Amino acid sequence: MRYLPHTDTDRKAMLEAIGVASIDDLFQDVPEAARLDGLIDLPTRQGELQVERALSAMASKNISAGQAPFFVGGGAYKHHIPATVDHLIQRSEFLTAYTPYQPEISQGTLQTLFEFQTQVALLTGMDVANASMYDGSTACAEAVMMAARVTRRNKAVMAGGVHPHYVEASKTLAKYSDVKISVTDPDVADLSAVMAAIDEETACVVVQTPDVFGRLHDLRALSEAAHEKGALVIAAFTECVSLGLVESPGAMGADIAVGEGQSIGVGLNFGGPYVGLFACKDDRRFIRQMPGRLAGETVDADGRRGYVLTLSTREQHIRRDKATSNICTNSGLCSLAWTIHMTLLGERGITRLARLNHEMACALADRLSAIEGVELVTDTFFNEFTLRLPRPAAQVVDDLARIGVLGGVPASRLYPGKFEDLLIVAATETNTDGDLVAFEKALRGVL
Amino acid sequence: MGMNTQGRPTRMAENIQTGGYADTVSGSRGLDQAEPLIFERGNLEHCGVDLPEPRGTASRLGGLERQGQIGLPGLAEPETMRHYVRLSRKNYAIDLGLYPLGSCTMKHNPRLNEKIARLPGFADVHPLQPASTVQGAYELMGELAHWLMTLTNMPAVALSPKAGAHGEFCGMMAIRAKLDADGQTHRRRVLVPESAHGTNPATAVQCGFVCDEIPADKTGRVDMEAFKAKLGDDVAGIMLTNPNTCGLFERDIREIADLIHAAGGYFYCDGANFNAIVGRVRPGDLGVDAMHINLHKTFSTPHGGGGPGSGPTVLSDALAAFAPVPYVVKDGETWKMVEHAAEAEGEPFGRMAAFHGQMGMFTRALTYMMSHGSDGLKRVAEDAVLNANYILARLKHVMTPAFEGSCMHEALFDDRFLKDTGVSTLDFAKAMIDEGYHPMTMYFPLVVHGAMLIEPTETESKGGLDRFVDVLEALAMAAKSGESERFLAAPVHAPTKRLDETRAARQPVLRWAPDSGEAAAAE
Repeated sequence: MRYLPHTDTDRKAMLEAIGVASIDDLFQDVPEAARLDGLIDLPTRQGELQVERALSAMASKNISAGQAPFFVGGGAYKHHIPATVDHLIQRSEFLTAYTPYQPEISQGTLQTLFEFQTQVALLTGMDVANASMYDGSTACAEAVMMAARVTRRNKAVMAGGVHPHYVEASKTLAKYSDVKISVTDPDVADLSAVMAAIDEETACVVVQTPDVFGRLHDLRALSEAAHEKGALVIAAFTECVSLGLVESPGAMGADIAVGEGQSIGVGLNFGGPYVGLFACKDDRRFIRQMPGRLAGETVDADGRRGYVLTLSTREQHIRRDKATSNICTNSGLCSLAWTIHMTLLGERGITRLARLNHEMACALADRLSAIEGVELVTDTFFNEFTLRLPRPAAQVVDDLARIGVLGGVPASRLYPGKFEDLLIVAATETNTDGDLVAFEKALRGVL
Repeated sequence: MGMNTQGRPTRMAENIQTGGYADTVSGSRGLDQAEPLIFERGNLEHCGVDLPEPRGTASRLGGLERQGQIGLPGLAEPETMRHYVRLSRKNYAIDLGLYPLGSCTMKHNPRLNEKIARLPGFADVHPLQPASTVQGAYELMGELAHWLMTLTNMPAVALSPKAGAHGEFCGMMAIRAKLDADGQTHRRRVLVPESAHGTNPATAVQCGFVCDEIPADKTGRVDMEAFKAKLGDDVAGIMLTNPNTCGLFERDIREIADLIHAAGGYFYCDGANFNAIVGRVRPGDLGVDAMHINLHKTFSTPHGGGGPGSGPTVLSDALAAFAPVPYVVKDGETWKMVEHAAEAEGEPFGRMAAFHGQMGMFTRALTYMMSHGSDGLKRVAEDAVLNANYILARLKHVMTPAFEGSCMHEALFDDRFLKDTGVSTLDFAKAMIDEGYHPMTMYFPLVVHGAMLIEPTETESKGGLDRFVDVLEALAMAAKSGESERFLAAPVHAPTKRLDETRAARQPVLRWAPDSGEAAAAE
């Protein structure tokens, strides 16, 4: 087997050095009844060529985003990733390193995490950020739990426009805790229902902007109202590119900002791995209650600047049953991809990229809403908007796929039994004018 | 001297002579080049991506346009490349040498896995595409599930957990859901051995349980008398790692499973150490009800400096109905994804995260499994155990094994051999850095004083192990012969000297700020 270096001669010599007759002697603690005689019933070893052939055949059964006019969003977005990003994350020293527990030989990982944390804080308009969570949905769930610890309250109000997967992930994490989550009606376009739900027992409100239908929300009035009652505001996002153009959560008064970083550097990957962004205000109460790893600056014995993992007394490996979260492994390599892509973009790149996304979506919305029977239901949006169709959107999407257009996410896929006529459509810088024309033509054809 | 709660020093003792380099003008030392932060190198004008000019169409942002700058520096592509390549050279990695972190399974990461994961048919596919356009992706998930269930002899698997700890959460949520469904709402106590990973108690609490610690016996395994004494009708289950974190197989595991079942509880097995038994022992034959599998350990998906991981969780018949959504099922010749509880056959406890799990890790793990096959995977376990025992046998004369007898895939030593030398486990570990090795896991498990847990994995050659053992032997001899200075000053050949963790925690600097450099210089 190509990954196993020992020869039978090596094995024999090693067994002799250990002082046992056979490898079976080293498994003698396994109960008799659980010892297998032969091989488990699965195929035996294969060469690179054979494995590649089999899995390539499986991959070719999928239609990839690059093969079709593509407008699917709903929490994951197709963006162009510079070639430099994938090259750098495949450097052995990044790819095959562990969590930086020995900081003297992990400065590469630690400095990039410190830079990542700073970039996330800047982009979200917050003061500090952690070294990443699994994804946006779990970051959102952890933020709800953190808000409850900080405020010592146990009611959380989630706006109806928060991505249903984020709501479900939060409810799962809170299921057997004291925290009770209520969700406002997703039909209500503004934040009035969220505002009305805040009382003296509310730990936090969670608002996604742009929300799952694409609508943008001004958080300022809500923040004021929440803070007046002692509740925290958690701003969630699924499209981090929007922050290049839209006012940041921090500037709108949010206390915690969480969201999905997939759009920058990571790619679609059929849903994972992604990278959860988690940022908050610089308040001692907050930082001590943050989940996940934090890289911090310090000095070495010669007084030279260096970085370490810090404030680990929040974490499971030290605090065990009193930890702020059970998270251990996070999304290290995806956060590296994110920070490299963001470094390539810089201020000029991210703001321009965001503008291009918005303009593409505006052009598409104009085109599609001009079709008879199609109505644009989101009057504000960034790069994703919702259409009301004269036919069930799920059927329309299937019909479009049959003629080679990946035309968005039927809202009923996220809200089973509801919103059957709504189609959520995303456009990014990767779309061409030709894609828009093709989509319009195809949609006219299937309606 | 600062200490954390594990008893590990977090700052250097005073008055240690670290030797020290003559300072260079640039701060670089030959190939070890000093590299400032991007915030000190770049500025708001630089950009490493060419994007077309926006058309200037009217915005539909409802007046929510960003006011003011973000403050993100950019770098041109060559500068970006150098920044990250220079930083990468300050990292240790599996591809550079033995990485013997116990409990972490730092094995070779085959590049075929990377190639397959990057096929556009897997990498450039959206999780919410219509089912007709992603049949190959569903099939891959189905195939991975088949391999995992067969290797463990378990009837169900939830693929969506995103890492080991997330898998623990999945398994314990299923247990909680099952207990509640059966009206066993008084069962809230979970037994957790003292030697467990910290994630175990943290997870149990996250599921609304309370933890009750079980001590280890003098062989490093569960103290059976103490375990039996803790059984009662408020017990929800046990979370047990097997092989355990001392690198030992729990000989009484079947009895433990039988007793916990007889007491009305469930058996959660932490599968972090599955690499020791894969292909040779099936957890389903041991009475396990739930077990997560770290694809980033046993199945070689890269650790990436701390993730992403993936923690599929196998479930017994008793728990299968409570598995979370989503999951794939085959309906005739067509695969479909069950995404909502209302469509599920059982009673899912919920959804753990957005979308369907760590697909990028699934492709890598399946590539690895198919490459090895059932014969290769059995060999993986055998060589992993052989390598650890070889290290144990060769070092037991100079270092002090924590327990008697052979081990499984990792060898555990305590710090008795360093008694009266003035050298701690931490100092010993830092001296290994100077010798070109990543240290072993230190100060874990907590049941052993000054623990050193060495897991070589199966991908190390005999020659490589011999060189490693020779170095550790020489270091142990040096410590015993009074050469404590080189240990206390270590590392001196790493990109930095020993770093002050106490200062980092007491005066947290968690991000760059325009004036933070000057503030540090002024101290």
